[in-house]
Amino acid sequence: MAEPEVLIEARGVRKHFRGAEAPALDGVDIIVEAGRICALLGTNGAGKTTMIRILTTLLTPDEGQVKVAGYDIATHPGQVRASIGLVGQYAALDEILTGRQNLELFSKLAGMRRAEARRHAARLLETAGLGEVGDRVVSKLSGGLRRRMDLATSLITTPRVLFVDEPTTGVDPHARRDLWARLREMADQGVAILLTTQYLEEADALADDVVILKAGSVIARGTTADLKQLVGEPKWELREPTLEDVYLHLHATSEEVISR
Amino acid sequence: MSATTPPIGTTFGSTSLFREALVIAGRTLLHWRAQPGLIAVNLLFPVMILLMMGGLFGGAVAGSTGDYFVYVLPGVLALNMMFGIEATMTALASDANKTVTDRFRSLPISGGAVLLGRVLADLLTSVVELVALSCAGFLLGWRWENGILPALAAYALLLTLRFSMLWLGVFIGIRAGKPEALMGVQILVWPIGFLSTVFIDPRTMPTFLGWIAELNPISAVATSARELFSGRQIEGVSWAATHALPYALISQAVLVAVFAALGVRAYRRLGQ
Ligand SMILES: Nc1ncnc2c1ncn2[C@@H]1O[C@H](COP(=O)(O)OP(=O)(O)OP(=O)(O)O)[C@@H](O)[C@H]1O
Ligand SMILES: [Mg+2]
Repeated sequence: MAEPEVLIEARGVRKHFRGAEAPALDGVDIIVEAGRICALLGTNGAGKTTMIRILTTLLTPDEGQVKVAGYDIATHPGQVRASIGLVGQYAALDEILTGRQNLELFSKLAGMRRAEARRHAARLLETAGLGEVGDRVVSKLSGGLRRRMDLATSLITTPRVLFVDEPTTGVDPHARRDLWARLREMADQGVAILLTTQYLEEADALADDVVILKAGSVIARGTTADLKQLVGEPKWELREPTLEDVYLHLHATSEEVISR
Repeated sequence: MSATTPPIGTTFGSTSLFREALVIAGRTLLHWRAQPGLIAVNLLFPVMILLMMGGLFGGAVAGSTGDYFVYVLPGVLALNMMFGIEATMTALASDANKTVTDRFRSLPISGGAVLLGRVLADLLTSVVELVALSCAGFLLGWRWENGILPALAAYALLLTLRFSMLWLGVFIGIRAGKPEALMGVQILVWPIGFLSTVFIDPRTMPTFLGWIAELNPISAVATSARELFSGRQIEGVSWAATHALPYALISQAVLVAVFAALGVRAYRRLGQ
């Protein structure tokens, strides 16, 4: 059987921000294959967003080899950008414009003609359930609606590799389920997805692989099943361990690192 | 949802730099439509300067207000081409730390296109400014004494001055990173604009200052524009003034080459 294609391959990534005491990332490896969803977990300040910014060419690492969709980020950033989609931690929309104007703007930048961009924007608004708020100025949208508008804008095209930084923060449960289904569907079509989240249940429900970061280093990685075994035999508890148990266990006990 | 999902691998790209720049320029036009007050201020400011300088200084500098307008108007046009960089600097500085800039930077579009788009949009305001100022000048008795073609050439030269100045503004705006950081630079805009031959004949300045004033690219454009509008040779103290037109073109080309390159580099390095 053919090896699955590795679409995100980062090795030994280091980044030390000027003036910071400790490096934000201290030798991080991440591998994600086509069709898989990898969740990057970690407390506030662990380095999740920094890692995503490096993988999406927004930030240059101090050290490390990074390939995305087969292209080196240092030597072929243009090809990397042409292969990826990014949903940042904060909504990346033009706040002075309406949601529809944002969608049309980025559709045109994707190469669509004016009429085509207009139709595409209308369709995206409708399927995202945002038809009614599409003509409101973004700065006047509620946080959750803005987030959803941002997602719609990020999915104007279907990239081979998708980066999603805390996609569901502030999004209501219904829209969150929709998004999960959408991400799963994209992965099933072969997209590699790297997702950061604060919600362990989200990683549990969605991710094939999990990488846990702490202060810029990987403290655990594996499939969700692997990690649950790490907590050991449930003694008094009758339920299966959740990822939350794994997470709390790791942060309480260890420097130990397991690998898949 | 899948009904509208484009097939995997459909990505951005394969549009031309100029087309991308026009789309970005369109974004700025939409901003103006959403905030029309900005434009009104941008237009009133130059006319106010013209009236203030002409009216207040005219009698003292040239003996009569009417003569002075003929001298000063091309200079005020040139000066406004420089003042235009304020809006550009502020726009880029406030965009620099916005998340939407991350989206632009993660797309496979050229960084140069994003900046060029802004420059093209701002160039459009300068056309409107030139029309407003020229109309005010006509009402005050200023004329194209040398005919239409030289006058159009003068306007073209004024626009290329604005174009080159805008790249300087782009670079400073990105490096500033936030509008508050621009204060120090904004203080310099006026002295640099005034240390020129825009308002005052360099022959009346101390020799050293006269030289410096004539080296200012704004002066070269002011002098060339005066010659083109009036058909009369303007005297000066240095080569930069006696060859104002070639010096204007050379200095502008240098400004664009240097600051477009530095601007694109600074844009790619945002947020490091
Ligand atoms: N531009 C920057 N300049 C200096 N330090 C930075 C910069 N960006 C991030 N850092 C620092 O790097 C570390 C990692 O930050 P990062 O944003 O990657 O964390 P995170 O895991 O995404 O946290 P959160 O869950 O809060 O989003 C933090 O200590 C942060 O203060
Ligand atoms: Mg983060």
